[in-house]
Amino acid sequence: MPITVPAYGKEAAGRLASMADVTADDGALRRFLHGLPGVDAVGLQARAATLGTRSIKTTAKAYAIDLAISMIDLTTLEGADTPGKVRALCAKGVHPDPTDRTAPKVAAICVYPDMVATAKEALAGSGIHVASVATAFPAGRAALPVKLADTRDAVAAGADEIDMVIDRGAFLSGRYLSVFEEIKQVKEACVRPDGSAAHLKVIFETGELETYDNVRRVSWLAMLAGADFIKTSTGKVAVNATPPVTLLMLEAVRDFHTATGIQVGVKPAGGIRTTKDAIKYLVMVNETLGEPWLTADWFRFGASSLLNDLLMQRQKLGTGRYSGPDYVTVD
Amino acid sequence: MSDRLSVLKTYKLYVGGKFPRSESGRVYEVTDSKGNWLANAPLASRKDARDAVVAARKAFGGWSGATAYNRGQVLYRIAEMLEGRRDQFVAEVADAEGLSKAKAAAQVDAAIDRWVWYAGWSDKIAQIAGGANPVAGPYFNLSSPEPTGVVAVLAPQESSFLGLVSVIAPVIVCGSTVVVVASQNAPLPALSLAEVLATSDLPGGVVNLLSGRTAEIAAPLAAHQDVNALDLAGADAGLAKELETAAADNLKRVVRPGAADWSADPGTERLLAFLETKTVWHPMGV
Repeated sequence: MPITVPAYGKEAAGRLASMADVTADDGALRRFLHGLPGVDAVGLQARAATLGTRSIKTTAKAYAIDLAISMIDLTTLEGADTPGKVRALCAKGVHPDPTDRTAPKVAAICVYPDMVATAKEALAGSGIHVASVATAFPAGRAALPVKLADTRDAVAAGADEIDMVIDRGAFLSGRYLSVFEEIKQVKEACVRPDGSAAHLKVIFETGELETYDNVRRVSWLAMLAGADFIKTSTGKVAVNATPPVTLLMLEAVRDFHTATGIQVGVKPAGGIRTTKDAIKYLVMVNETLGEPWLTADWFRFGASSLLNDLLMQRQKLGTGRYSGPDYVTVD
Repeated sequence: MSDRLSVLKTYKLYVGGKFPRSESGRVYEVTDSKGNWLANAPLASRKDARDAVVAARKAFGGWSGATAYNRGQVLYRIAEMLEGRRDQFVAEVADAEGLSKAKAAAQVDAAIDRWVWYAGWSDKIAQIAGGANPVAGPYFNLSSPEPTGVVAVLAPQESSFLGLVSVIAPVIVCGSTVVVVASQNAPLPALSLAEVLATSDLPGGVVNLLSGRTAEIAAPLAAHQDVNALDLAGADAGLAKELETAAADNLKRVVRPGAADWSADPGTERLLAFLETKTVWHPMGV
């Protein structure tokens, strides 16, 4: 197996170049993606369900809760977002539990591009990243120059991470190469003038992709195009992250890593609201990819209400008493 | 032709408007006063108590925000539904408490009347517990009672139905929501009452019923940070002291157990116990 390199590193580009033959033209890419093994839907769901039955208690639970908090991309993506709300969310991200300073900080604050500067200022010196959605989030229905300008704006405003959406219309109609090229161009738009780059997360909106086979194909497509992270959903449609889909993406990351040595991160987003759910995802990561992925660098939760539930569970473990929504912040 | 086999009823908890089994999967045997087996009842765990509190909290906004008139109508509706199932409850109360048919019927009738009695209070309690206060200034000063929130109630151990109704009705009529721990040895009338509540326009989660060992379920409820008040009607002296200590941590309102004659006129004590007084000052505009 090749030596592991991070997806955002210089070596990764070279490794991807060695795969150039499968992305040379539309026909080659199609043959490659359709040549991926089909997904055993029943087996996948059964496997995800089995991994969800693990009992994680006491010290392991305390560890899992703190790990999950440190992996959260605390998100506010509302039309009604104000600078004040974003600043409040940033303050919460730095000290999630004001009554207990031992609670870890979250991984990132995820906002719309126009709020990046506000968030960046509020998080200065905290070590928390600012993630920005871009490319006409959540629909992705805009011309490519608009999407690229959207991305450059966010990067220029100081975003550390860019969450782009793919063009599902193009993917579903079989124009794989145009999706591939778009991801590549957005990745180039993430580069800052000093040569460093914002990390790129690619959102598939798996709730709109219809089949598990499509999820596997799009995972490979995005990783071949240079995604640093692959992310399930925008949180704006009826079906968001589900355990089977996330497991499938974790497996794709594992297979891609085996083939190329490139380490890619995974971010389930939307619909993860309870500590129990979060721990199920952590179990899946551990069982599928192992410990190297059990850090905020390689696994994230896109969530907003999850944090409060994690904090309430954390308080319960600390005090032995059930906590309530009166003891966490309203956001 | 063989004799027909009777269909036994699976008694279940009532949480959030649904009828789940205990999260723990446990049940315990319920017997009549002579020790004959009646049914298996779910043996709720602390996690069921936790779920019930979450359901009660979720229901609180809507129920406390409903008009007093509407809440009263729902309570009348419960009485109507009970009237239609009177015979079932007479039989269950007779079994549970070892009463004759006639005495059990008297208990059930009194319980139905109690729903009606409390229903009438829904839009009248504000006049008793609140009102205009004379103040030395050009202000209207008005106090009005507000529901306290989620109330955990330990139902009386002896009076399995009339006592139960007498502790639930005063809590919900004022707009609070409730988690009830049914009588440990006679939980069946309570679990059947849940079926009536579920078909009486009462929003899910306003009343949540748990059966099991009172001490086991009450402890996490008393310590729970999201429970606002505790009614200890069904606790013995030792348990009551322990629970009151745990409840002090987040300053829950506590109603201590007293020698109660459930068939007597209940008075307004329990109504007033679960209300908070909100006072507003308003300039008179002179």
